[in-house]
Amino acid sequence: MTVSSKAPPSARALSSKLSPTRRFQNNLMLGLIVLGTLVVLLPLFLIFGYVLIKGFTAVIDGFPTFFTQLPKPIGETGGGIAQAIVGSLIMLAIATVLASLIGIGGGIFLAEYAEHRLANLVRIMSDVLTGIPAIVVGLVVYVMLVQSKITGYSGLAGGIALGLIMVPIVVRATEEVLKLIPTTIREAGLALGLPRWKVILSIVLPSARSGIVTGLTLAVARVSGEAAPLIFTSLGNTFYSNSLVQNPMAALPLQIYEYSKSPAPEQVSLAWAGSLVLVFIIFVAGLIARIATRQRR
Amino acid sequence: MTSTTLKPKRSRASGGDAIFSYVILGLAMLILLVVLSYFVLLLSGGIQGLAASGISFITGTTWDPANGVYSAFPFIVGTLITAIVALVLAIPLALASALFITEYAPRWLSEPVGYLVELLAAIPSVVYGLWGIFVLLPLVRSFQLWFFQKTNIPWPPAGYGVMTASILLAIMIIPFIASISRDVIRLVPNDQREAAYALGATKWEVIRTGILPYARAGIFGGIILGLGRAIGETLAVTMVIGNVYKIPRNPFDQGATMSSIIASQFSEATDPRFVSSLIAIGLLMLVFSVVVNYAASVIIRKLTPAGVRL
Repeated sequence: MTVSSKAPPSARALSSKLSPTRRFQNNLMLGLIVLGTLVVLLPLFLIFGYVLIKGFTAVIDGFPTFFTQLPKPIGETGGGIAQAIVGSLIMLAIATVLASLIGIGGGIFLAEYAEHRLANLVRIMSDVLTGIPAIVVGLVVYVMLVQSKITGYSGLAGGIALGLIMVPIVVRATEEVLKLIPTTIREAGLALGLPRWKVILSIVLPSARSGIVTGLTLAVARVSGEAAPLIFTSLGNTFYSNSLVQNPMAALPLQIYEYSKSPAPEQVSLAWAGSLVLVFIIFVAGLIARIATRQRR
Repeated sequence: MTSTTLKPKRSRASGGDAIFSYVILGLAMLILLVVLSYFVLLLSGGIQGLAASGISFITGTTWDPANGVYSAFPFIVGTLITAIVALVLAIPLALASALFITEYAPRWLSEPVGYLVELLAAIPSVVYGLWGIFVLLPLVRSFQLWFFQKTNIPWPPAGYGVMTASILLAIMIIPFIASISRDVIRLVPNDQREAAYALGATKWEVIRTGILPYARAGIFGGIILGLGRAIGETLAVTMVIGNVYKIPRNPFDQGATMSSIIASQFSEATDPRFVSSLIAIGLLMLVFSVVVNYAASVIIRKLTPAGVRL
């Protein structure tokens, strides 16, 4: 490919000298990559389409009893999944308390005490936790709390399982946000004679608050759809639970799982309605996290 | 043991500092304790099943709770087959979307497409399962029926089976592989692209010779992480794979994965040894997932070109 003139050849001039095979290969790959991207997006639209259409139909059909009533026995129409929505909220609250305690504590340790000789080990173990499947966490809590009869099948056991899944996500988020806080801010506090703990609690953490809240919200969004660990811990319930221990508790994803196996079409349509509510909650949580992140920057 | 390293640099440590650092250290130690307790608790819960079955828990081929024979081998095979088929389906698609977002799409298009691909990761497993049962499964079933009539190969058109589970898994792990691939492709220095263009390479040749070799470590790590997710994924698979106690014979056969057998059998397990054997499968999954994730991080670290920080 010799270029005789001094002026740089245009892209078109160059490409016209391409051999047909190379040009064909280039266009073929372009086509395949665009096609591949469309194939990836297709199931997304299909799933959202089905959840929206089937879910909305069912929610409107059952409004407002869907949100206020308990499930009806098989064969009866109507009824709702109020106890599952309440159960999910209670367990997510327990999980959030547990995960913010250990997660934010661990994140502070990794970011503010990075020179500690155990910091690396804690970081590696936190990464290990990230990769452990949710169902395994459920089994662990089953052995620890349910089988040992300490809490039995209960909302507390379910909340602890969800919280353990959230911990590594919160650790990672907290550490990354704290590392973004400039060292000069810490030094300014120390220079004023503040002890280190006061610098962390009253200067560093407040400046990182929105980032930590974002991490927590994303972690909640991630576990709010988890049903696998709850099979062994909260078990599910068709009534409200009157206690956090020794009393199985319902959850939205568990209820969807149960109803999806049901032969009764009205229960299947409740499963779609539940899916819509679940996806809506996750979407709103993601939106909150996104807005909080945007305000920070 | 800790006071020497946690002590603030100032000569006179205040009492508050000591208390605070111990609280934080205690919370961080909880993380180590949690990891340790996972192994200890699953071992204590599964020891009865492991001890009763011995080595045949992993090597035997039969899972028959009615006769007290417990071997997890069919489910290990089922897990590997579904995960590998899912990876084969997911890798080209995830790479295509990552390349589209980073190399081909104009800015106004790449951001929304990237956001949409990430949305796939936000859909809960149980919703994937519901969709799988009522939308994907009938599609697979009609394909099986068509195939059955055309070829006379006896693949009973159940719809439930490895193929349906793998397709569903592929959709679920695509966002993870795609997002890591996208990140590492973005990290490829522009020099690589410009050098290849300067040699007269076409766009595809730039990608093939300049970008993919440079990003391969990260992409490979992303694939291993995707494998880890595929192994651990539970409900969506449980809802469509059929959960039978045998090794799948063909891609459309029914089977079970380790996670699906735990989730589907747990409520029916009344015998303590049955429960213990299911917990032992959980222990196997824990070991698998730790090994796979550790391998992913080592691969990323070893293969990453010097100077690139992920």
